[in-house]
Amino acid sequence: MNGKRSTFLFSALVFGFAFLYLPILLVIIYSFNEGKLVTVWAGFSFKWYATLFSNQGMIDAAWNSLRIGVLSATLALAIGTPAGLVMARFGRFKGRTLLSGMVAAPLVMPEVITGLSLLLLFVTLEQLVGWPAGRGMTTIVIAHTTFCSAYVAVVVQSRLSGMDISVEEAAMDLGARPGKIFFVITLPMILPALLAGWLLSFTLSLDDLVIASFVAGPGSTTLPMRVFSSVRLGVSPEINALATLIILAVTIMIVIASILMVRSDRRARASRATSGT
Amino acid sequence: MSGTAPTPKQRFDRWMVRNGRYLVIGIPFFWLMLFFLVPFLIVLKISFATAEYAQPPYSALFQWVDQGINIALNFGNYLFLLSDSLYVTAYLNSIRIAAISTVITLLIGYPMAYYIARSSGTVRSVLLMLVILPFWTSFLIRVYAWIGILDREGLINAALLGLGIISEPLIMRQTEFAVYIGIVYTYLPFMILPLYSTLEKMDGSLVEAALDLGCRPWKAFARVTLPLSLPGILAGSLLVFIPAVGEFVIPELLGGPNTLMIGRTLWDEFFANRDWPIASSVAIAMLLFLVVPIMWFQNLQGSEKGDGK
Repeated sequence: MNGKRSTFLFSALVFGFAFLYLPILLVIIYSFNEGKLVTVWAGFSFKWYATLFSNQGMIDAAWNSLRIGVLSATLALAIGTPAGLVMARFGRFKGRTLLSGMVAAPLVMPEVITGLSLLLLFVTLEQLVGWPAGRGMTTIVIAHTTFCSAYVAVVVQSRLSGMDISVEEAAMDLGARPGKIFFVITLPMILPALLAGWLLSFTLSLDDLVIASFVAGPGSTTLPMRVFSSVRLGVSPEINALATLIILAVTIMIVIASILMVRSDRRARASRATSGT
Repeated sequence: MSGTAPTPKQRFDRWMVRNGRYLVIGIPFFWLMLFFLVPFLIVLKISFATAEYAQPPYSALFQWVDQGINIALNFGNYLFLLSDSLYVTAYLNSIRIAAISTVITLLIGYPMAYYIARSSGTVRSVLLMLVILPFWTSFLIRVYAWIGILDREGLINAALLGLGIISEPLIMRQTEFAVYIGIVYTYLPFMILPLYSTLEKMDGSLVEAALDLGCRPWKAFARVTLPLSLPGILAGSLLVFIPAVGEFVIPELLGGPNTLMIGRTLWDEFFANRDWPIASSVAIAMLLFLVVPIMWFQNLQGSEKGDGK
């Protein structure tokens, strides 16, 4: 990179990051603003945090979202991991194209379509077999599990295809059963991918507004639904406070995760170096 | 062990060895089939129904009459979509807005991805983390952040008024301009990441060779780097374009009442008008538009995995 070109690239980079981060920074700053207006700084205060924590509706919604997030992420792991394994390791089988389609499509499918189609499925199922009775947490968890498992599958699959298959093959040659190979060898090796997949699913579930709105029922209002109805009319300082808390939590999580990842990467490289491969 | 009857556990183990493979394939297959594929068939079915004041609010398509099934297909919904200019406009608008946003995202994202791919070691990891970080924070909140900036009483207006550059506040929120900003802002990481991963894998010596042979930098970029990064450009563009077409939150929060986008129309038909059959036909029509880009994306996804193996 030389001269003019690198100056251009560097300014593009700075502009891009400013564009990405300035709005978030403003939200954080204004969450501490005493006044209600974004434009006037009325002094530093934790007032909006207090308002936020005394808003019972908001707290209930946050609980709902956390519960749905944990359940969906865990279920998504149970469904997405075999999907990723099958795509990366099982070679050709009948229905492979269909499965890969069903794994790739949810990643880009507009949320309104997914939401509507799932709702209509639940309504039809209820008519036919009486389950799920009504809509609520269960239907949201099913909906979130479905699109999150696609993300898990992609993460697991890309981890597996970048991984050496010879250890698994050696175990197989030595007579280990497929199930045992998976739990003793493959699973520990893809553990970071599983963790990443779980966290990704949890975040996606926590963040989803559109799909949840379609399949939610009375009493299952999630945090994004609550936030959406209060920001529809404009800026609300309470939401600034909530946003700041979410950004803080995410930042801490990401920093910890990347430190862990760098460390395990280094360890893997070191062990590879010592074993001479 | 020969001669004695196998215990239930042994029988189970044998069964697992024989059928475990199908079980592993079966779980995700069954789930995605039931909760991803079948729902589209139901949407298709209901798009041919008529809206009714009932629970659920649409007519039955199949009815048992005497000894046969009476199928009542109603194409009226689709004819209605075609005849009412609202829907046609909303479709065309969505595609235009999504396409323009995709191009802007590419223009901003490409140099960033290029810079990150060319930087080394720790700098690269930190920059990548900075790209990924907003992607993990709430989408809704990132859209919301722009309300405070673009609003009539928002930051930009306050700054410009304060500096005396304008005397009347500019209307920026509730315009199409705000929708572009919202889409570009929220989808930028989806563009940068696939671009980065193709640029990072690219063999730098090819560009060097071109430069050594007297090619000018811009030409080397256009002739070598750009074509080689095409898979990344495509993947990133599709990752932005397809969801942006059906976007609801951004036009709802940042767009004005005149910013018609199809995702918003579908939402209104469903939640405000409670017309499920029309909402379904809007969804099917949207899917027909998106089938080609989605298949394209899926192919790209598949071929990338094929290389990795």
